[in-house]
Amino acid sequence: MAIEAHNAWSAGVLTRVPNWIYQSPDVYAAEQKNIFQGSAWTFLCLEIDIPNRGDYRTASLGDMPVIVVREDETTIRAFENRCAHRGALLAFDDGGTVEDFTCVYHNWRYDFCGNLKSIAFRNGIQGKGGMPKDFDIGERGPRKLRTESICGFVFGTLAKDAPPLREFLGEEIVSLIARVCRAPMEIIGRFKQTLPNNWKLFMENTRDSYHASLLHVFFTTFRLNRLSQRGGLVVGESGAHTVSWSALDKVPSTSAEYNSEQLRADKKDFLLKDPSLIESFDEFGDGVTLQVISMFPGCAFAQVQNTIAVRRIVPKGIDQTEVYWTYLGFKDDTRERRRIRLKQSNLIGPAGLVSMEDGIIGNFVQRGIAAAGAFDTIVEMGGDAVETTDTRASEASIRGFWKAYRQYMGM
Amino acid sequence: MQRSIDLAEVVKLNHGYARSIDEDALETWPDFFAEDCLYRITTADNYARGYEAGLMYADTRAMLEDRVKSLRIANVYERHRYRHILGMPAVSEASGADICSETSFVVIRIMRDGTLTVFATGKYVDRMRQDESGRLVFSERIVVCDNSNVDALLAIPL
Repeated sequence: MAIEAHNAWSAGVLTRVPNWIYQSPDVYAAEQKNIFQGSAWTFLCLEIDIPNRGDYRTASLGDMPVIVVREDETTIRAFENRCAHRGALLAFDDGGTVEDFTCVYHNWRYDFCGNLKSIAFRNGIQGKGGMPKDFDIGERGPRKLRTESICGFVFGTLAKDAPPLREFLGEEIVSLIARVCRAPMEIIGRFKQTLPNNWKLFMENTRDSYHASLLHVFFTTFRLNRLSQRGGLVVGESGAHTVSWSALDKVPSTSAEYNSEQLRADKKDFLLKDPSLIESFDEFGDGVTLQVISMFPGCAFAQVQNTIAVRRIVPKGIDQTEVYWTYLGFKDDTRERRRIRLKQSNLIGPAGLVSMEDGIIGNFVQRGIAAAGAFDTIVEMGGDAVETTDTRASEASIRGFWKAYRQYMGM
Repeated sequence: MQRSIDLAEVVKLNHGYARSIDEDALETWPDFFAEDCLYRITTADNYARGYEAGLMYADTRAMLEDRVKSLRIANVYERHRYRHILGMPAVSEASGADICSETSFVVIRIMRDGTLTVFATGKYVDRMRQDESGRLVFSERIVVCDNSNVDALLAIPL
């Protein structure tokens, strides 16, 4: 395979990443086969995206277009969005509600499982034409995915031998997803962002706790990190899924320490004129103000203060990535709590005051390494381990990504 | 308010607003809003569904000032500017003291290297009123983008 023509990436090395990994069309093709259409579970949509029978959303496994549809109260199906006949899309909108999936080209009709149910003019017209009597669709139909849900997040995989979703994610990740999904949720916005860089650069970025306060200086500029903060990384053994978190140690607002801090801060020019932007409430009862769960290969679920958003990350060629954002609130939000959530949505997303830089930093790398395919990048903060740590000055979670990646890719 | 002068006033407000952004006079941009205002950037799909979240969301003028300050001193992005092309405002029935209008826009993004992109098109859905000095200001400006996609990032307001 052409990948071997590149400079070697020594087996097991996770502290160096060769730049050709972000540049090679061969690598891209291998990722599609081994990861996205391989044995990884890919996040497809939320159960609340498709609440009723016949509701569907279009999603993808990497390049493969996929339909996710609710069959009944407890069953969600997913299959390749491709007619067996001439290959046309069976659904060509973001979503909707249907009785079945009928290809617009020649009216071949499929049920919610992706089974071919009927062929227009199968027996011809007035005894002429039609399909041969012995026509059998066999294995040529749209490929069917296995689907499983955790906390209302629907995942799919083509692999019959993939472990159950719960096992794929691990109990710790599942419990941290469940921590946020404490009550029925509702969608409060959907946005899409196109990043001019390889998908892996974005997935590394979602795990990179080291850059957080260095690239993103909104909080420090406006002196919003007054209280002592603790935080760390949760990295499972496979490295595939990681969590970056931070929490404010509760300091009573009447304490002398707090007040003296505030006095000092008040003398600075750089204060928010309207600090209601960062007013928040501890809705999870644990003081955790940031929890970013990054799931291999392409999903991130983040709580930043009272903003809650899930991102579905889709590679679109070696130097383009699509990010589908769904902003969430709780159904039982009071008007006041919802208002706080809406105001805080300023902090995240494509225009996020805290993190807009993530929209372009991958592109700066992609451009920076343009002529450096034979060079490596360095991922050595915190040593070479892939482990849970109580510091965010570590790149253990990025090494975790590469550990899982190399395993799926057989590299 | 004299209804007969509405259109000219509304056009003037819209063009002043666009110029403050296009001429990089962002510090004057919040002045086009009432003190308690709503500024929200969303997409046509979100708007139609009644989804309330915004790419930007401010319910006070001070929040707009904070965003400008953040853009100037905290946020990192490649140098670029916008060119707004505005349609003629369609002024509709006023309710209470407010005037309502919708105005189409095209925003072309000019990158540092001169690359031009149609960055956003859509409509401004506005409510306006006179401030204490009699000047027309936005009490509400919902930026409803036709494009559901943001290319890279959205730093400068639309």
